[in-house]
Amino acid sequence: MLKINNLHAGIEDNEILNGINLEVNAGEVHAIMGPNGSGKSTLAAVIAGKEEYEVTEGSVFLDGEDLEDQAPEERAHKGIFLSFQYPVEIPGVSVTNFMKTAINETRKAKGLEDMPANQMLKLIREKAELLEIDRKFLSRSLNEGFSGGEKKRNEIFQMAMLEPKLAILDETDSGLDIDALRIVANGVNKLKSKNNAVIVITHYQRLLDYIVPDFVHVLHEGKIVKSGTKELAHELEDKGYDWIKNGATV
Amino acid sequence: MAYTEEELKKELETKEYEYGFYTDIESDTLPVGLNEDIVIAISNKKDEPKWMTEWRLEAFKVWKEMDEPEWANVTYQKPDFQAISYYSAPNSKPKYNSLDEVDPELLDTFKKLGISLDEQKKLAGVAVDIVMDSVSVATTFKKTLAEKGIIFCSISEAIKEHPELVKKYIGSVVPQKDNFYAALNSAVFSDGSFCYIPKGVRCPMELSTYFRINQAGTGQFERTLVIADEGSYVSYLEGCTAPSRDENQLHAAVVELIALDDAEIKYSTVQNWFPGDKDGKGGVFNFVTKRGICEKNAKISWTQVETGSAVTWKYPSCILKGDNSIGEFYSIAVTNNYQQADTGTKMVHLGKNTRSTIISKGISAGKSQNSYRGLVHVNSRAKNARNFSQCDSLLMGNECGAHTFPYIEAKNKTAQIEHEATTSKIGEDQIFYCNQRGIETEKAIALIVNGFSKEVLNKLPMEFAVEAQKLLEISLEGSVG
Repeated sequence: MLKINNLHAGIEDNEILNGINLEVNAGEVHAIMGPNGSGKSTLAAVIAGKEEYEVTEGSVFLDGEDLEDQAPEERAHKGIFLSFQYPVEIPGVSVTNFMKTAINETRKAKGLEDMPANQMLKLIREKAELLEIDRKFLSRSLNEGFSGGEKKRNEIFQMAMLEPKLAILDETDSGLDIDALRIVANGVNKLKSKNNAVIVITHYQRLLDYIVPDFVHVLHEGKIVKSGTKELAHELEDKGYDWIKNGATV
Repeated sequence: MAYTEEELKKELETKEYEYGFYTDIESDTLPVGLNEDIVIAISNKKDEPKWMTEWRLEAFKVWKEMDEPEWANVTYQKPDFQAISYYSAPNSKPKYNSLDEVDPELLDTFKKLGISLDEQKKLAGVAVDIVMDSVSVATTFKKTLAEKGIIFCSISEAIKEHPELVKKYIGSVVPQKDNFYAALNSAVFSDGSFCYIPKGVRCPMELSTYFRINQAGTGQFERTLVIADEGSYVSYLEGCTAPSRDENQLHAAVVELIALDDAEIKYSTVQNWFPGDKDGKGGVFNFVTKRGICEKNAKISWTQVETGSAVTWKYPSCILKGDNSIGEFYSIAVTNNYQQADTGTKMVHLGKNTRSTIISKGISAGKSQNSYRGLVHVNSRAKNARNFSQCDSLLMGNECGAHTFPYIEAKNKTAQIEHEATTSKIGEDQIFYCNQRGIETEKAIALIVNGFSKEVLNKLPMEFAVEAQKLLEISLEGSVG
């Protein structure tokens, strides 16, 4: 589904990604771990098409299609979803209104009519339930005054609404208490199917107890320095990132 | 549609040449320039009673001695008041025979705003069939209003038919000598609207549809007078979301509202005069004086959505004279390209327990300058006066400006005045967030701007709010590269 070849990217002459190779197939869960500044969030942003990052070499393919010249919204229409580490506030725009716009814009891009209101409401109700979200929450301004946990839960709610092919969860566990973490992970697990894939970006192994990865990759200085199965995450937890850092310099 | 003062002058020069020898007052367009004879000529053309002519002359006398104000945060080349023709008979001849002849760009905008075909024709100046729906609609409206004793007509008609009301109230809120533009308007006002709601009557409809159909293409010196008698209510809608490409560069309107004891007036405006082109050429100068007076327990709400004009100078105000009276001002002002807006309100608290609310939302894009200027004045006798002001500015890009000039004068110790102000910028992060959810940039901006303006949009009558929302989107189109 996703194929990344020798990806080099950076911001204003500062190269952050140094030749990433990664292949993610439908039905798989990949975890990307690594110390601060290793390029995890940059990788997520580059896949989503954030314009301030410049790809200097290599390529990203989704279902065999080169994403190079595609705007972020086009990538979203094709099924890429990014759960933000720091979700942005949009005052005066309710969660419901935002989702309605997002869904209908995506449908428009596919040549479909707007989703009928009753169908939209049904979908919202269903997904809100899945993430144990109070209905009142949905009429609040997007992310404005939300707690850290509410913001993250709202991200996964949006993921549930948009049903992406490839979901990238960027540090979704940060700022979550254990109950919220469980709800969020539960939601992600319920959304998983053999037709979609998830990339979990995380600093800690904690989240991976709930969302169990098929593969774990360790990122360091913009490169995947180690790949393995879920045991690798445990090993990292025990030995710390210094183990990788030292290994890389050897 | 670039239209400069220079071109205006040239055009006027040719007109002068064309009609140069018809200087008698019977011609349809008066010669350029302004003097007592012109003021008398205007009054005569409209068959006005003597007191009205004299009132105009008084205003002219005052105006001659006044200077154009310079305190607003706007720069423009001052109009040459002697190079303007102050009277043109209403254009009864259609400009076009069919919609096919109209500027396609204009039609495109109409379409985006969802304006009906009949209305499009009317607004663009296309000949309309006599049996057009709206005409009969207007007639039905007039009948319903008449049954309730509501008077709603042009001010010229009111001067003739209801002189006692006009004489009593015209200039009672905005006196002739109030300011330079108000004085000019008082001397030369072309036409406008008059509305009287009798005691205890609740006007059964928004005075909007009628207005929109009938008042398209009003003159450059409009005069409006709305009187709500004791215990009455009226919601009045002025302006139009459709772009008005008026050939007059200078607009100086005066609006006076009178809310007697226990009456309520809700006055909503959508202003979309030609703002000039992308390079800042042409565009309308909109210098408006709007003020209302509240007697005991009365309430006046001003709601405005300002997206047009090259230069806007406008402060819809409330004099809270009666005890327990309420004044409200809700405003969205959008400036793009080279537009300049200096707008806000004055809340003058004279009575006891008077309350006022100010919500101002300024949106600046391009190279525009957007200023909020507001005064909250609490008189020494105004016990327990309360005001809440909130001024929010939203910036798009790095070349525009947002300014806030709040003035507070509290002369009574019991006054409670709150002022909140915020400035924010549409950030790349916000846009990217929306993009990532499949929302393209222009739509994202529209969403953010609508969210920002929501508190004010909610105050507009329902049907108009939808149009205003679309208008905001159109006004900001292309504002982010």
